[in-house]
Amino acid sequence: MAPLIVAVMPIGLVFGAIAATKGLSSLETFLMSALVFAGGSQFVALDIWAHPASWAALGFSALLVNIRHLLMSASIGTKMPAFSGPAKYAAMLLLADEIWAMAEVRAGETRLTPAWYAGLALPFYLVWVMAGLAGSLAGAFLGGPKALGLDFAFPAVFIVLLIGFWKGRGTGAVLAASAAAAVLAHQFLPGVWYIAAGAAAGVIAALFTGERQEACA
Amino acid sequence: MTLDPHTLLAIVTMAAATILTRLGGLVLIRFVTIGPKQKRALEAIPPAVLMAVIAPTALVTGPAETLAALATALVAMRLPLLAAVATGVMVVALARMFGA
Repeated sequence: MAPLIVAVMPIGLVFGAIAATKGLSSLETFLMSALVFAGGSQFVALDIWAHPASWAALGFSALLVNIRHLLMSASIGTKMPAFSGPAKYAAMLLLADEIWAMAEVRAGETRLTPAWYAGLALPFYLVWVMAGLAGSLAGAFLGGPKALGLDFAFPAVFIVLLIGFWKGRGTGAVLAASAAAAVLAHQFLPGVWYIAAGAAAGVIAALFTGERQEACA
Repeated sequence: MTLDPHTLLAIVTMAAATILTRLGGLVLIRFVTIGPKQKRALEAIPPAVLMAVIAPTALVTGPAETLAALATALVAMRLPLLAAVATGVMVVALARMFGA
């Protein structure tokens, strides 16, 4: 658990600092971390942030970025016999990539209990929210994010996360299709449709290459 | 300490969308079996979304961003997240300074 918290703290700080440069108040940054609690989608939200904020674009992009939770909760949901119905749903509210991954490992070794899960997820949640708030308070004094290159921090975080999803040539096809569709859509369509276009193209590529692999096997 | 109503609405919508995805899996396994094809499609979504988000920045914004994206990816293959992010930020700042 400790390494997880050491890892999440700087990301939370960076999130808060970038949020401040995008004009979000510390209260708004705090609320976003506390209510959304999904780092990837929060960084994407800052990327497409406009004044006034567009709830439709931001809600849609959060749905797209976080749709992976569906698979994660479907998977871990079958490994929680020690949880009551309500406890299972409560646990899922704090589902994050890192927590899910650790819970899957734990479920493979021993019985997953509500106490163990809470001991992992609650500190993680609190550190994420508090680090974001601290970053926001510090970020107000930073200024000039572009000269410091800080605006590049979140694309950089995404690149690192992306590397973690690499599973061979199939992933390469997904990424190539997504990048091409996203760049095209970004040039010709308004708003965040480029994210939807890239996601759709990537999924189509995955289904197509998957079928070919099955045909060869 | 301000709270813009548009911002609040956007944050609440984001939270609702995210909660839908978190609880959706529990509802899903009560009704649907996820076969290999559905699994493949779902698994492709996170990398496809991340790639789509960074593609305009990494590929068509300018040489500084493209260079920094490459540097970040190379460092990320060997070193932890913070080192890779720090490299990307430094490369983009230096490249802009030299007018790339």
